[in-house]
Amino acid sequence: MIPQSAEAAPQGNSRAAAQSHFRTLRPGTPFQPRIDALALKNDWYDWAGYRAPHSLWDEELEYFAIRSQAALFDISPMTKYRIEGPDAEAYLDRVTLRDVTRLKPGRVHYTAWCDDEGFVLDDGTLFRLSPTRFRLCSQERHLPWLLDSAFRFDVTVEEETEAIAGLALQGPTSSAILRDAGFAGVERLKVFDLAAFDHDGASVVISRTGFTGDLGYELFVPAGKALGLWDRLMVAGAPRGIRAIGYTALNRARLEAGLIVANADFTTSEHAIRADRTRMPDEIGLGFMVDPEKGNFNGRRAILEARAGRKLRHVLVGLEIEGNIPAEHAIVYHKKSQEVGLVSAAMWSPMAKRNIAIASLARPYGDTIVDDLWVEIYAMRELQYQKLMKRAKVVPRPFIKLDRRTASPPADF
Amino acid sequence: MTSSSPTWDAIVIGGGHNGLVAAATLAKSGRKVLLLEAGSDLGGAARTEEFAPGFRVSVLAHVLNRLHPDVVRTLELERHGLTIERGDFAPSVALSKDGALVLHGAYGEVLTGAAPSEQSAWKELRAQLLRYAGILKPFLARRPPDLSGMSMAEMAGLGQTALALKKLGKEDMRDFLRVLLMNVADLLDEQLADDRLKGLLAFDATLGSHLGPRSPTSLLGLYYRLAGEAGGAAGAQVIPRGGMGAVAAAIRAAADKAGVSIRPASAVARIIVEKTRAVGVTLAGGEELRARAIVSAINPATTFLDLVGPSEVDTGFVRKVRNIRMKGDAAKLHLALDRPPQFTGVDAVDHKGRLVIAPSPDHVERAFNPSKYGEFSPEPVMEITLPSLTDASLAPSGACVLSAVVQYAPYALKQGWTAGKPQFLAAIMAQLETHAPGIGSTVRHAELLTPADIEARYRVPGGHWHHGELQADQMLMSRPVAGWAGYDTPIEGLFLAGAGSHPGGGVSGAPGLNAARRIIAMKV
Repeated sequence: MIPQSAEAAPQGNSRAAAQSHFRTLRPGTPFQPRIDALALKNDWYDWAGYRAPHSLWDEELEYFAIRSQAALFDISPMTKYRIEGPDAEAYLDRVTLRDVTRLKPGRVHYTAWCDDEGFVLDDGTLFRLSPTRFRLCSQERHLPWLLDSAFRFDVTVEEETEAIAGLALQGPTSSAILRDAGFAGVERLKVFDLAAFDHDGASVVISRTGFTGDLGYELFVPAGKALGLWDRLMVAGAPRGIRAIGYTALNRARLEAGLIVANADFTTSEHAIRADRTRMPDEIGLGFMVDPEKGNFNGRRAILEARAGRKLRHVLVGLEIEGNIPAEHAIVYHKKSQEVGLVSAAMWSPMAKRNIAIASLARPYGDTIVDDLWVEIYAMRELQYQKLMKRAKVVPRPFIKLDRRTASPPADF
Repeated sequence: MTSSSPTWDAIVIGGGHNGLVAAATLAKSGRKVLLLEAGSDLGGAARTEEFAPGFRVSVLAHVLNRLHPDVVRTLELERHGLTIERGDFAPSVALSKDGALVLHGAYGEVLTGAAPSEQSAWKELRAQLLRYAGILKPFLARRPPDLSGMSMAEMAGLGQTALALKKLGKEDMRDFLRVLLMNVADLLDEQLADDRLKGLLAFDATLGSHLGPRSPTSLLGLYYRLAGEAGGAAGAQVIPRGGMGAVAAAIRAAADKAGVSIRPASAVARIIVEKTRAVGVTLAGGEELRARAIVSAINPATTFLDLVGPSEVDTGFVRKVRNIRMKGDAAKLHLALDRPPQFTGVDAVDHKGRLVIAPSPDHVERAFNPSKYGEFSPEPVMEITLPSLTDASLAPSGACVLSAVVQYAPYALKQGWTAGKPQFLAAIMAQLETHAPGIGSTVRHAELLTPADIEARYRVPGGHWHHGELQADQMLMSRPVAGWAGYDTPIEGLFLAGAGSHPGGGVSGAPGLNAARRIIAMKV
């Protein structure tokens, strides 16, 4: 909460109450009472200013909850914008890369948006709640950019991060849990479908989306109804092994699914301090989103110029690395000698049974030159680095493909 | 006319002098050019109009001091009736209760009315100012250097400037760099003593901008002025016979000769963009016209925000365009007088010059102060011309036209111009009365154009005659916006050619000429 100025504030309680705002450096989300109760490890990190758990009780088991049961993950800190008005579609078509006119009401798509220079500001998901109402979810905050983009569009843009709480329910039993919790018809949702359901006199929007590559759903609910929704899922999910999880587990699942994270796998344009850190969509594997046929959108000119002039300098690739030591933040070499890139995320994948990684390489490596690539892993072994030079192979993402993610209707696990 | 194949090679929007120059230059290159003007007359802010029965006046610009020699040459304006002789040079007269001080010839080749010591100080300062303005001159004429990719010709141009800087010598170069972004008042205090002279220079440096003489970078305005020339002499000025409209008419004659089709009373409502390329325009009446190149010689903000629309350009670009500062701070006064006024202490012949009420830098600064807070100057500063003394046809026999640019008159006047205008006119008349006693009783008709009037009448957003403040951050590579100073725009096939583009306003024709040259170079 921002302290009010001396002139504007009424003298008295409200001002006194606001004075200690700085004592809470990281506020909690609407689910915090439930999460605090389960956070045996007290292992927190900062997600967009909120206190969020790395892990609640056991990283490994939390990960396996995603893959074998159902995992409940608080996504409330995700930045959310409500975009509404007669021009909302045209507005979003101009702001984002993909063709919004092809996104039907009741559908979600994964998209990204760029600045004038064609550098990616963020990626995120766009929910079309009605012909004229959308929700845009992202990693970073963009209100000034979104508001300035709205100039001369008949559209309102409001941040609703605080007002709307979000949960991801991911894993093979997630559909059955939602059904058992009373969200009748949820099994009819296909991947990237969304629908509104009743919850405690309010509406909860459930979409068949997620960040795990697994069967899963995301639920958005007014903050005041958040705890009731949590309890409803936990009670219904108990027989099917529902577990609350932290980010470390989710991060593993997303890597197996080959998904990227802004400011982890690439630096967003407004956060990049160094001029060469910005990335165009084609440089982080999002080139497929660019629709040159749909008319103007932010960055179009620059992106098409870069494509035509072969000015794309980087490429983001999936790697399979020999051995089983995760190559996190390892340098990638060509012929063991020339430095050509960096691994941004890596793990031993229990599902793929492979040592996988996401890396950014300087073209032409990873683009036209894909052989003779190596990563140098520094493995700390009792206060000594063991330097391992391991062969790396460029492989397609996702690293795992689960049929249950897309099966419709989902199987009743 | 509505077929989808382009009918024209280029459509120029706006028949101000820059639009005419661009159209004429393009037509001379063999292109089929259509020029569309919203008003019934050509010339834009460089028109001569009747403001009272029998009285005609240059509507905005009234002193010709920067028409670019390349424009004169390229369009052969001398063959179309524009001639400037040395004998036409108008003096600048600093009006003061302490007697007038006069800069004769090309910006004070000779100074009269000042002490001998001041005369020699001025001689040195003038030479220095012209030397330094000379360094900037090529920058203020050519297309600004393109930082992202420079052509050989641009490199060579920059090299020449570097060479010119080097030729200054070490001390002079240091001093050039030292003073470049100074305020004019401090520089004048270093070198001059006479408040009248300093007042005149302080006025000239800040004329047409939202700056006082003590505002940082105000010296640039003086360089901008002195980078202009008339009749081949830097800093020279003339009061054109027939008013500024005669200059526009000469350019129009060149455009006609070159085969430009001109359509007045044809306001453009939209620039048609198809697949992110400008392909034509829609007129207010609905008619569609198509061309390979669309050249907008009107305001850049109007061009992008109104005619193109923000969705066809990127958010960052729209941000920049919306942030162009273009709130005018100057008003224009036209008086129809029964007889020529007599300014105290001014010779008869000097009445044909430019008479400036700016008795000291402090006076100019004090006039500026209220404008920062949305108020007009209670004791305004102004430059006055009596054009009918140069061209008797502008007024009925025996009568006289007075034309004055008056500062400071903030566009967004706090009390509103409806209420403020009569008060401001009274303040101006009080100043005039001080220097030309009895002038008030000879006024047959007075017309005061505030920035709000200028905006409405001449389609100049903010009423700013430069179509954007001419200050360091809105010049050169940053005019009209950073990254797009080269007349081409983010929209393929759309070009800018007006005063909002580099180098800026004033009747120079340089933006129009540069834009046309760019289009020709790009083989559009």
